Amino acid sequence: MSQTTASIEQNERGEKSPLSSLPGPLGHADGEAEVRDWIALLKPRVMSLVVFSGLIGLLVAPGHLHPVLGFTAVLCIAVAAGACGAINMWYDRDIDAVMRRTVNRPIPAGRIEAGSALGYGITLAIGSIIVMGLAVNLVAAAVLALSVAFYVFVYTMWLKRRTPQNIVIGGAAGAFPPVIGWAAVTGSVDLMAVIMFMIIFIWTPPHFWSLALWANDDYRRAGVPMMPVIRGARATRKLIVGYTLLLVPFTLAPWAIGFSGPIYGVSALLLGAGFLVSVIRVARDRQDGEGVSLTNDAPARAAFKYSIVYLFVLFGALAVDRLTG
Amino acid sequence: MTTSNSPPPNIDMTELRRKRRGRNIAMVLVLAGLCALFYAITIVKLAKF
Repeated sequence: MSQTTASIEQNERGEKSPLSSLPGPLGHADGEAEVRDWIALLKPRVMSLVVFSGLIGLLVAPGHLHPVLGFTAVLCIAVAAGACGAINMWYDRDIDAVMRRTVNRPIPAGRIEAGSALGYGITLAIGSIIVMGLAVNLVAAAVLALSVAFYVFVYTMWLKRRTPQNIVIGGAAGAFPPVIGWAAVTGSVDLMAVIMFMIIFIWTPPHFWSLALWANDDYRRAGVPMMPVIRGARATRKLIVGYTLLLVPFTLAPWAIGFSGPIYGVSALLLGAGFLVSVIRVARDRQDGEGVSLTNDAPARAAFKYSIVYLFVLFGALAVDRLTG
Repeated sequence: MTTSNSPPPNIDMTELRRKRRGRNIAMVLVLAGLCALFYAITIVKLAKF
């Protein structure tokens, strides 16, 4: 932990520009921030998947929602997800400063002050929940509030630095968007909403552990107890395969209960087979005696990319099936 | 530690103005977008009655 603190101090000393030593508004780090820094705080790449899954929940739900209200619901989901990203960057600014992947984020790079990022995140989170409640319905707003609270308090503040199961349990936060989209249309949370939640929930560990395998050194240096850090790469590869084996049959549930037709069912089967092949390559990666990859984790990188495409196409197929069936 | 009496460091004021202008334009666009959105929501909600 002292190493982490020292690194932050070093980083802050190294990154501060002449403006930060000035008194008054000019001396504020935020004076150096560009619009893209404030957008970066919202983690736009993560937001895109959240928006997409929320939109799918909205599209496949039975019933009708006026397009303006549908747009508002998706916007609220996006803004709340971005708010979570900003609060997460505020809380994790110490470990972000020591990880190569995150060291250039606006807070550790000194372009935005930590307190400003926190205020920005809280404002957006509360605003999006209120708008969702007033414009769409209270159930969607309640699930949105629950997802924000789960991400911030359960995942970011409680689990992330304490247990290698952090993204298994914390992954629930990322599984809420289709439920929120569904609730925006129906005003309730039904079986199919829970199935979509479970698909993302079970998808998250193989997705995130694939990244954790090749970012292992970063996580170890930052002291984040990701699975490869605690249990080792070999055990993590087995868990990735295990969760994918669990995921593939689960993705067939919408077809099995008659909610979707063959377009989705066949897509889920083919995509699942591709995901299994991808993670089996991860498990069979050439490795040394301690399980460290000898290929620079090329299969894990490929599996990570595939997992993103997998979820996009799977949920896309679900929407196409519902809208054309 | 720089005090208010010390000479100002070499600041690229043009760059600072450019960043500030970018933030101001973004803020205007966000506020205009919110106004349009709330107006549209109001119309849709009123249409139900």
